[in-house]
Amino acid sequence: MELDAAGRSYPAKPSDVYLYATCLVDQFAPEAGLDAVRLLEREGITVHFPEGQTCCGQPAYSSGYPDEARAVARSQLDLFPEPWPVVVPSGSCGAMMRHHYPKLFEDDMVLGPQVRALAERVFELTEFLVHVLHFAHPDRGEQCTVALHTSCHARREMGCHETSSALLDSLDQVDVTEQARVEECCGFGGTFSIRFPEISEAIVSDKVESLRACGAQKVVSADCGCLFNILGRAAKLDQQAGRASPSLEGEHIASFLWRRTSEAPR
Amino acid sequence: MSQPINFHPVESFKERGRSVVNDPAQRKNFRSAMDFLQGKRRAQFPERQELEGLRDLASAIRRYSLAQLPTLLEQLERNLTANGIQVHWAENAEDANAIALDIARRVQARKIIKGKSMVSEEVDFNHRMQEAGIEALESDMGEYIVQLAGEAPSHIIMPAIHKTKQQIAQLFSEKVPGVPYSEDVDTLIQVGRQVLRRKFAEADIGLSGVNFAVAETGSLCLVENEGNGRMCTTVPKVHIAITGIEKVVAKLEHVPPLYSVLTRSATGQAVTTYFNIITRPRQPGEKDGPEEVHLILLDNGRTQAYADAQLRATLQCIRCGACMNHCPVYARIGGHAYGTTYPGPIGAIISPHLRGLDQTYPLAFASTLCGACTEVCPVRIPITELLVRLRNEAQARPDSEDATLRGSGAGRTKLATAVWRGWSLVYSRLGLYRMTSWSMSRGRALSPIDQGAWTRSRTPLVPAPKRLRDLLRKRRK
Ligand code: SF4
Repeated sequence: MELDAAGRSYPAKPSDVYLYATCLVDQFAPEAGLDAVRLLEREGITVHFPEGQTCCGQPAYSSGYPDEARAVARSQLDLFPEPWPVVVPSGSCGAMMRHHYPKLFEDDMVLGPQVRALAERVFELTEFLVHVLHFAHPDRGEQCTVALHTSCHARREMGCHETSSALLDSLDQVDVTEQARVEECCGFGGTFSIRFPEISEAIVSDKVESLRACGAQKVVSADCGCLFNILGRAAKLDQQAGRASPSLEGEHIASFLWRRTSEAPR
Repeated sequence: MSQPINFHPVESFKERGRSVVNDPAQRKNFRSAMDFLQGKRRAQFPERQELEGLRDLASAIRRYSLAQLPTLLEQLERNLTANGIQVHWAENAEDANAIALDIARRVQARKIIKGKSMVSEEVDFNHRMQEAGIEALESDMGEYIVQLAGEAPSHIIMPAIHKTKQQIAQLFSEKVPGVPYSEDVDTLIQVGRQVLRRKFAEADIGLSGVNFAVAETGSLCLVENEGNGRMCTTVPKVHIAITGIEKVVAKLEHVPPLYSVLTRSATGQAVTTYFNIITRPRQPGEKDGPEEVHLILLDNGRTQAYADAQLRATLQCIRCGACMNHCPVYARIGGHAYGTTYPGPIGAIISPHLRGLDQTYPLAFASTLCGACTEVCPVRIPITELLVRLRNEAQARPDSEDATLRGSGAGRTKLATAVWRGWSLVYSRLGLYRMTSWSMSRGRALSPIDQGAWTRSRTPLVPAPKRLRDLLRKRRK
């Protein structure tokens, strides 16, 4: 058993894990999900993808629709019958399952205990790679400079900025540079970006600017929501400025890690 | 009661925010002010562990005080009265102003000099006095500036943070007789000081806020930097202090830990220049001090928060302002956009109790829930959780048991309710989800180019040709 700085305990390396890919990865970034599977399988772990998975329910939860969120969360609870860890390639969805599920079912005498037990074995991908699998693989990629963007939930609820940056630091050829106001939100905030488009745009524009200015060749993140927001904004600005090539590139950390450490680089 | 200038209709919140967002000068202004304040705070807490320990302690003290609020308030009243300080209870803003007016009439006051007090802003004190023919002049430099400009504070600690040096120079040269335009900060401060010196001597009443009211000793603590608080509470012959009922702490020894996190979180100061403890009016033989001291204890909706086990945490607040200094939304739109006395994250969670959720619920939605506020709050108010709760309340069915606050349900719309019902249905029924996500992938070429607010600022989101579940299935074969 290993303890991280925040006092969370981690199990020994398991033989099997569940992958909870999240709705964004399933639909919009399947390659990131596939790379997460590859990273886990390489360690000799059997990865199970429960077919019944849809969404963790966070969109409704944070938008103020707890009943709707609970209904969706309820439909996910029985997907993990074995006591295996549940690995989530998103700090935001991971935090939802780990910290907010227990609150959603707090008053439920029947489901409450089941939910709390499940929450205990939910791990964000990078924390799992670092604390459970002790990720260590030679870097086969070329020298490059990247910036890390950690989602607010991953950072503040899961402490995953530390594990993400530990993974990047473990790669010899990768220099990590830091953008200004690294801790600041990217301005996505789920339905916030729809409700307050101007404020959201102002925040994400600043984020794009600080990332472009920090000298990184790409931004790496463990959360697709932030990545889509940041890269989508950068691409829009490129379009408006008539730039042919993207001014900011980005990648999910699972893909970045796999690409750099796999024997046969894609 | 006419609409106070410190409150703007919530419907125009978006518009006000937009006007700042679209003004590069203002945005730069706020940004650099926030960067500065964040840096000052950071420098005060170099050790993470020390910081967390202090937050634990401060939060425990505040929760301890609230847990026995009614008893402490009674004890406070008893001990203040024994010390010769007169205690008044005000249920709402009107009551508070009426109490102050009564005192003012009795002592035939014409002029009131004010130290910084957000609660006096909350009750729109200055205008109510003005209507009664009494001049109420701000003596805190920032408050003085916004009063001169006919505005309300845009920040609870730095009321004039939205103003540039140039704007202040302009304001002084226009509004203060005989003052030439100068951008020199020292000169500007001197101007203010000269005007105010005279006013202290002329004032019949000094009004102040209270940072901590100590039940055990019956004393009022006042934290400040300019010395104007001390002047207001010692020079005029009557001192009226006004504060919210939540500001009480049990013991004097509870004050130093709160004071320490307050100043370090607020302005990044280890201590402030002045710390006043007021325990009684002038005693026979004493050379200064007011002959009368009054305390107005204001509820104004705080008991609604108090009555709710979760929302009670709102009242732990010590008004340090760190949550707004670290809020990405506040940094973009500034304090005035919120339209409430208290802006930023604390404004979003306290205002619903003061003004009703129907008047204020959009503020609860004006957050990315990034948690920066919660991370810095020195008394560990779970601000993001409270924001989510207020969102739930805003959209609850008004006749359901989920609607527990004044104005609950005001943000509920048929459309949004239907959309989220539908969403919930799709994502909780595997068959429906499969079908929907499959057709989105298949129909990706038909993905709309215009995705509303999303594509206003970003390129469209396009589903991948194959979902992860499809790729994994193929891989297993
Ligand atoms: S909510 Fe917390 S951070 Fe915000 S003003 Fe109050 S004490 Fe300070």
